[in-house]
Amino acid sequence: MPFTNSISQFYQFLLERYPDILVATREHVTIAIVAVLLSTLVAVPVGIYLAKNRAKWLHSTVFSIANLFQTIPSLALLAILLPIVGIGTKPAIIALFLYALLPILRNTLAGFQSVDQSVIEAARGMGYSAAQRLFKIQLPLAFPYIMSGLRMTTVYIISWTTLAALIGAGGLGQLIVSGIGVNRKELIFAGAIAAILLTLLTDQLLGLIERKMFKRAKSA
Amino acid sequence: MIQLNSVNKTYADGHQVLKNLNLSINEGEITVLIGPSGCGKTTTMKLINRLITPSSGTISIRNNNIAQMDAIKLRRTIGYVIQNIGLFPHMTIAQNVAVVPRLLKWEKAAIEARVDELLNMVGLDPTIYRDRYPSELSGGQQQRVGVIRALAANPMVILMDEPFSALDPISREQLQDELVRLQQEIKTTIVFVTHDMDEAIKIADTIVIMKDGEIVQSGTPEQILRHPANDFVKSFIGAKRMQSMAAEPMVDDVIVENPAIIHPSRGLAYALKLMEKRKVDSLLVVDNNNQLLGRVSIYQILDYLKQETKLVSDVMMPIKHSVSVGTSLSAALNVMNEHQLPNLPVIRNQREFIGLITRGSVISLITDLYAVDATGGESHAVH
Repeated sequence: MPFTNSISQFYQFLLERYPDILVATREHVTIAIVAVLLSTLVAVPVGIYLAKNRAKWLHSTVFSIANLFQTIPSLALLAILLPIVGIGTKPAIIALFLYALLPILRNTLAGFQSVDQSVIEAARGMGYSAAQRLFKIQLPLAFPYIMSGLRMTTVYIISWTTLAALIGAGGLGQLIVSGIGVNRKELIFAGAIAAILLTLLTDQLLGLIERKMFKRAKSA
Repeated sequence: MIQLNSVNKTYADGHQVLKNLNLSINEGEITVLIGPSGCGKTTTMKLINRLITPSSGTISIRNNNIAQMDAIKLRRTIGYVIQNIGLFPHMTIAQNVAVVPRLLKWEKAAIEARVDELLNMVGLDPTIYRDRYPSELSGGQQQRVGVIRALAANPMVILMDEPFSALDPISREQLQDELVRLQQEIKTTIVFVTHDMDEAIKIADTIVIMKDGEIVQSGTPEQILRHPANDFVKSFIGAKRMQSMAAEPMVDDVIVENPAIIHPSRGLAYALKLMEKRKVDSLLVVDNNNQLLGRVSIYQILDYLKQETKLVSDVMMPIKHSVSVGTSLSAALNVMNEHQLPNLPVIRNQREFIGLITRGSVISLITDLYAVDATGGESHAVH
């Protein structure tokens, strides 16, 4: 039975190489998380600012910049970054950071725009300061939107991180790239399956957090 | 209590929404600002909690110029109810009601007690509603919560911006009734904006009619219905309402001319003589300045008749029930019915004696009215 045979071979391979797989996974997760975190730190405040400032030119400028990063093919973006910041983790994080900006920004803005104006007017009229309005009313109400944006973004940033191996950033993509290089199916499968599992797991985990945190939040 | 002095408001585009507005709002009253859309009523209201800043002029509350106060602290002393209710969807009913007390950092126990008290006040059982979310309540219930949220921290003024206009007619009527009842309980100053004249007449102590950024007329609902200042007010009130007002008689129409009155310094024997002569069992005590002081009945006179030094002023009883001139007859009849009174003094400005209405005088008026109806305009009633 060639199939069971190859499965046991693969199992054998995993037993031998699992430390490498774990290292690659750790690198992978680190790159993805750092990129998403940095992106959140930039995109959420910008989104909040845009929600406050309705100037059309500002919105279109910000969104065209964010869109631009989104539309550059990922491989091309990595290639452009190579001569500027060199190889390794840094260009990978920068590229993924740029990719994550738009969806987080869009969801933050959508979240803030979803807050009923009369709720904000009521808060203002009752004596909430601007900061209290932001942290006690607007952010909690916009949070489900921001959170679902984060979840979506994190999931696809994790899958894109496999490409980072091409510029020497490591991660699970490295297993796949090496597997292609030396023509070892086990390596390719190990990298691919780990990346898929990681993505699914993250999606489930963030979904769980989302539901836990906002079980109470209901729209009027 | 609230004074607006020559307030102007011009927007950046040059549109002047308020023109040299002068308005004074009485403490403990419901003042209704009313007018067609764009008349500046909502702008006027929002000046009070500084959601809008005037272009010129001053606004003071209890003689404090609000421009010199901290806007956020000011707003925490002013209740605010808006048309779209604006409950916070991510907070429970209890948390919503407790918003301002929490901003003011009340003690936790005090807040909880206050929330329960307020929920009970509008007939929402705290054990059921405290932990619900706004989306689980009907529109009428939500606005009840909106109203008590504004009341929570015992504000000095409550501003209400068309609070009931988005509700269905039945809830609207109920909430209007509840507001009037609450107001009698708490005696807070309320500034209420509406475009609905029926609502204004129902709840207002004072109605302020506005048009194009100016006050056209202000006064009690009665005054405005009876003496509309111009054609605009007339059209705003509506011809139908004016007719129904005109048809309803006032106490002024049934006052007995020359009722039996007595001076407080008269003796009891004279009082008895006067009663005999006028064939009445009680006399109203009125002094030289035409001030109504009290009432003496035949029983008091007979009780004290033997004490020769007693005067009318020593034995008279205070007046418990009276009505002001301009009161509708139906209101006066209600008072008479409720307290089983044979007659009711009519006064002006607290104590100035005007006259008396009696069951007899009311009956003769009603006979008049029905005789006119029955004969198509001619009166055959016997006076």
